[in-house]
Amino acid sequence: MVIVNGMEDEDKWLAEGIAGIQHNAVCLHRALDSDNLRDALKYAAQLLSELRTSRLSPHKYYELYMRAFDEMRRLEIFFKEEDRHGCSVVDLHELVQHAGNVLPRLYLLCTVGSVYIKSKEALAKDVLKDLVEMCRAVQHPVRGLFLRSYLAQISRDKLPDIGSEFEGEGDTVMDAVEFVLQNFTEMNKLWVRMQHQGPFIEKQKLEKERNELRDLVGKNLHVISQIEGVDLDIYRDTVLPKVLEQIINCKDELAQYYLMDCMIQVFPDEYHLKTLETLLGACPQLLPTVDLKTVLSQLMERLSNYASSNPELLPEFLQVEAFSKLSNAIGKVIAAQVDMPIVGTFTLYVSLLTFTLRVHPDQLDYVDQVLGSCVKKLSGKPKAEVSKATKQVIALLSAPLDKYDDIVRALTLSNYPRVMDHLDSGPNKVMAMVIINSIMKNKTCVSTSDKVEVLFELIKGLLKDLDGASTEELDDEDFNEEQNSVACLMHMLYNDDPEEMLKIICTVWKHVVVGGSRRLPFTVPPLVFSALKLVRRVQSQDGDVTDEESPATPRKIFQLLSQIIDALSAVPAPELALRLYLQCAEAANDCELEPVAYDLFTQAFVLYEEEIVDSKAQVVAIHLIIGTLQRMHVFGVENRDTLTHKATGYSAKLLKKPDQCRAVYACSHLFWIDDQDSNKDGERVLLCLKRSLRIANAAQQMSNVTRGISGPVTLFVEILNKYIYFFEKGNPQISPSAIQDLIELIKTELQSDGITLPWSPALDPFLTSTLRYIKFQKQKGGAMGEKYGAIKL
Amino acid sequence: MNFIIEAFKPACHVSVTFADAKHRKQAALKKENGKTEMIPLFRSQDNIIGTVSVEPVPGKKVEHKGIKVELLGQIEMYSDRGNFYDFTSLVRELDIPGEIYEKKDFPFEFSSVEMPYETYSGINVRLRYVLKVTITRGYPGSIVQFQDFVVRNYSPSPSINNSIKMEVGIEDCLHIEFEYNKSKYHLKDVIIGKIYFLLVRIKMKNMDLEIRRRESTGSGTSTHVETETLAKYELMDGAPVRGESIPIRLFLSPYELTPTYRNTNNKFSVKYYLNLVLVDEEDRRYFKQQEITIYRLAESSEQAEAL
Repeated sequence: MVIVNGMEDEDKWLAEGIAGIQHNAVCLHRALDSDNLRDALKYAAQLLSELRTSRLSPHKYYELYMRAFDEMRRLEIFFKEEDRHGCSVVDLHELVQHAGNVLPRLYLLCTVGSVYIKSKEALAKDVLKDLVEMCRAVQHPVRGLFLRSYLAQISRDKLPDIGSEFEGEGDTVMDAVEFVLQNFTEMNKLWVRMQHQGPFIEKQKLEKERNELRDLVGKNLHVISQIEGVDLDIYRDTVLPKVLEQIINCKDELAQYYLMDCMIQVFPDEYHLKTLETLLGACPQLLPTVDLKTVLSQLMERLSNYASSNPELLPEFLQVEAFSKLSNAIGKVIAAQVDMPIVGTFTLYVSLLTFTLRVHPDQLDYVDQVLGSCVKKLSGKPKAEVSKATKQVIALLSAPLDKYDDIVRALTLSNYPRVMDHLDSGPNKVMAMVIINSIMKNKTCVSTSDKVEVLFELIKGLLKDLDGASTEELDDEDFNEEQNSVACLMHMLYNDDPEEMLKIICTVWKHVVVGGSRRLPFTVPPLVFSALKLVRRVQSQDGDVTDEESPATPRKIFQLLSQIIDALSAVPAPELALRLYLQCAEAANDCELEPVAYDLFTQAFVLYEEEIVDSKAQVVAIHLIIGTLQRMHVFGVENRDTLTHKATGYSAKLLKKPDQCRAVYACSHLFWIDDQDSNKDGERVLLCLKRSLRIANAAQQMSNVTRGISGPVTLFVEILNKYIYFFEKGNPQISPSAIQDLIELIKTELQSDGITLPWSPALDPFLTSTLRYIKFQKQKGGAMGEKYGAIKL
Repeated sequence: MNFIIEAFKPACHVSVTFADAKHRKQAALKKENGKTEMIPLFRSQDNIIGTVSVEPVPGKKVEHKGIKVELLGQIEMYSDRGNFYDFTSLVRELDIPGEIYEKKDFPFEFSSVEMPYETYSGINVRLRYVLKVTITRGYPGSIVQFQDFVVRNYSPSPSINNSIKMEVGIEDCLHIEFEYNKSKYHLKDVIIGKIYFLLVRIKMKNMDLEIRRRESTGSGTSTHVETETLAKYELMDGAPVRGESIPIRLFLSPYELTPTYRNTNNKFSVKYYLNLVLVDEEDRRYFKQQEITIYRLAESSEQAEAL
């Protein structure tokens, strides 16, 4: 056979074959219609001779076979009706064997065999045994496979199965099993032999052709599995050993893979479970190139499905020690298949782990064992190699997380971090993210410092630069996302017991502190707030009675907080640090810890002085300071004076006049605290406001000089509002006339700008609404109305 | 005209009838003109009894110098056509010289006739049995009439019937072991056996089992051997591998076989061989021939065998 225009030739040959069959079929039908046995046999044999071709690929051959098959059905019906041809089935049985060519002869013999069994003139087992033996005569792989497949087809409904009409009287289920097994064995041999067929066919094509035929072989296993009488005993004692023997001995990669898979698919899970040892025992004996990982994964998946189908099955799994058997087998397979890529190895472990998690979710030690095996496998392997199996390792590590809603269980697995250690920094981070996401998703609370320790050990890839990995390469967005996740995670760490909580915070801090300047801005704030939360809790629990012996006193926590915030100086992130100091100061205030609060404020001021140089940042910072300071009640007069003095001082020193002005009028609030009568100094308030007015004026003038127009009157209006505020609060220093004067001033300013009253409200809505407010207050009457009465608009 | 025809017409009609013609079995015999005819079947030691009828043409008389019937066993070599060698010759005188005016029957009997050989019709040789009736006349010549009959001899099942088992091969190429269940088969027998492949380094295409008949005639330097293949039965399709065993089951009944004849009257022999032929992909043939003995089993026991 030379492959020149191979495809076209093949089509031609097929067409010829079909034509031959059709021609003989017509003659056969004529013979059948006239009940002419001789002619029928003659044309049937000629028709079947078309199947003797060697020129067709299995695919095309199948087409031919199906046509012949249909004709054989007609012939079989004819054979059954003895009165039509007058020949006893025994004679017929001999008669068809006179055919000179072996292939037609055997097709005919099978066809008569079918009738013979049906007639019950011979034992089914004898006929079947004879047929399966005689079929040995066809050694050509494709022709043999189809012939035996024909035999399997016609015998399917005639097997002496339990409940079948052919059972009993010397015919038993065992005979059926043995028959099918033998046919299977022979078919497999033929199938395996295909690969040694002619040198003309390329290997790839051959593989493809073999694949097309595999179901013919596998069908036999399916037939056995369908035999009612095949119970566990027969399966264990006969079917399984024989099939496995055949699988092992055939020494063919494709066959071994396919048949193992077939076994697992066609027989019930219960059988697999009960014969696990035997089944698994075969695996290491297969060729080292067989794709066992898929096979075993399938098996484990089926078993775990089986286990989850009925919880009562669990004891059985324990009884047969399914886990340790699987685990052993996998170990052996990995040892036997030295060339198995690491991806394959890990796919196996992932499957085993999945199985374990599904079947024995309570047996954490099993899970740990699996991970332990992985560690063993990983150790000594270069990371470059491991990196090929990254996906699998991540799957391996993710599996327990998916299964156990709370990460806490996974944290008790001693081998878990050891596996993670083998990951490259990239995947390691991915895995850390998976862990964090799992925690976040399930809202798992991690409640002891030990667990936190383990957890942070696991995600250390996110917490610091691992060896050899540089953060520079990282995409900013990814980095931010990672760090945000870490920050989120911190809020999931919680224990009701303050002591333990403090420990947790310390642990976290220990891990976070090494994070370097890029991470600290992300990690410090949540930690600080977590600590502050604790402070407030301790405070509210203990009230005033602070037990100095207890490790978790607010004082100690504040010490820690100072340390934590201090770490930011190395970054540097002064603005953030400043905010945090202020937050802490406020908390200290609530704890009535004046020295602490004072110290924290000092820190904030130091930062302001030394680190915050940007004028905009300064503005923001000073407002924060003022705002916080305003709320502090813990300070004594002296401390307070120092701090307010500082604050007002800095306010007046801001760079831009408007900023100065605003800061200064904000400072006015430091001297007038509503709920603190001791802290109501109307005079200093007025001083502040006047000072700010001056600054506003200066700003106006400056603007006039530099730009030719004075700016908007916004600053004045803002100050006017402050006036009104303090006026309403009852500051005696703020008189209606002062307000009146200010309004006049503003109006003058506006005029000097060239705008004459009445102006359009659109020109300065702020002023308009302020004036409307005053008018409204006046009209409202009552005490307030009276107060406003003095103001004339 | 009539007168001339009358002159060449036999003066009488001679016929031979066997006494038990109605019950006697018949067998097909191929005549020289190619047609087959059913004729009575005898075996050795049978009594051959019958009647010769001589019926003169009405209105004529047959004048003769005596009537006799001969039982002849003849071998005819086709190389020497027309010459018969009589290995058996028995004579019964039926009538003394005289005249016959009307139909006259002459009973005859050959009892316990020794007929050791079977009727046979081969490629180069023929063996036949015949009854020859001769009405001896001076002028216009004797009247001779032949009546063929068939002889078949039955053998009992052989007491020793070993299987044929043999290992053959070509070194480092092909080693097979074959086994036929018997060495002696009756005509309706089945050859059961198997071929076991011990070593296969050749790509086989198929394997046939042939039944060959070897007919040898003459003797010494003038021995002439004809071999014909009576059956070509495909045993195997495709290339087996080491360890395969291929079954053989060949029914002999469809083939026109005779028993093995060894040295029939020093004139000829007919022997049968099973020829196992393996054909490789380059159409090279490898074969091994084994003689088998074929015998004729008595009908009754043959039937028993078939059941």
